[in-house]
Amino acid sequence: MSLESLLLYLFAAGALLGGVLMLVARHPMRVAIALIGSMISLAGIYAILGVHVIAVFQVLIYVGAVMVFMVYVIMLLDVRDPSFTSKYSHLLAPGLGFGALLAAVLAYVATRSAGPAAQALSAAEPGASFLIQPFSADFLREYWLHFELTSVLLLAAVVAAVAVIKGGRRNDG
Amino acid sequence: MDRVQFLVALSVALFVVGLVGVIIRRNALVMLMCMELMLNGVILSLVTFAQQTGTVSGAVLVFLIFVVAAAEIAIAIPIVLLLSRQRKTLDVEAYSELKG
Repeated sequence: MSLESLLLYLFAAGALLGGVLMLVARHPMRVAIALIGSMISLAGIYAILGVHVIAVFQVLIYVGAVMVFMVYVIMLLDVRDPSFTSKYSHLLAPGLGFGALLAAVLAYVATRSAGPAAQALSAAEPGASFLIQPFSADFLREYWLHFELTSVLLLAAVVAAVAVIKGGRRNDG
Repeated sequence: MDRVQFLVALSVALFVVGLVGVIIRRNALVMLMCMELMLNGVILSLVTFAQQTGTVSGAVLVFLIFVVAAAEIAIAIPIVLLLSRQRKTLDVEAYSELKG
């Protein structure tokens, strides 16, 4: 086994372990730490796959922006409510059963002996177009309009967040 | 099991763990984070397929999904803040008025 696939299995185990820890941890802060570990492991997997751009964005946007925001909110709202003393809802048993069923079905579909399309997929050589330079050139030449549209979406999100907070305050007072 | 199958199986596992977390946990913030885990599982399969076919559009799509996920969190967190301001709790069992 090469070092690369060893690292791949290590990061995959880390990602899965983070996910399982999210289910059993009691405090939301520990859940957030487990999710951050899972996301960093996924970034490692992306880096091993050679998709360095996505690995960088995974760390910068997800861990650096989204999860820092989440941790900040958890520290802001440190409420000790009933969801802290009993962390599972009454849907625990059916939820676990449904999860096991869904996992079995999806794993069967995903890993069964594949059709011609999936065999062609496995036979294809991974391209070298994921390095930063060709990716950025393609990105800003072909997809500049989509990029600009996401900035409009972000602006709409900011306005909506402000509107939600303002509206709630008016209902309170 | 080759590498593509392994990564697709990992993405299935992450998606199912996230979905089970959304169903069985009671804290609204924890449910939000489990939804993020589901999204990460789906993104893993998208990156795997994009890398196998060598298309840049897949990587661009993943980047746009990151931006949309950031916008989603920016909306979801104020909603959770409002909920906790109204009832002083994050327990979703306290918000069951919509139950039929």
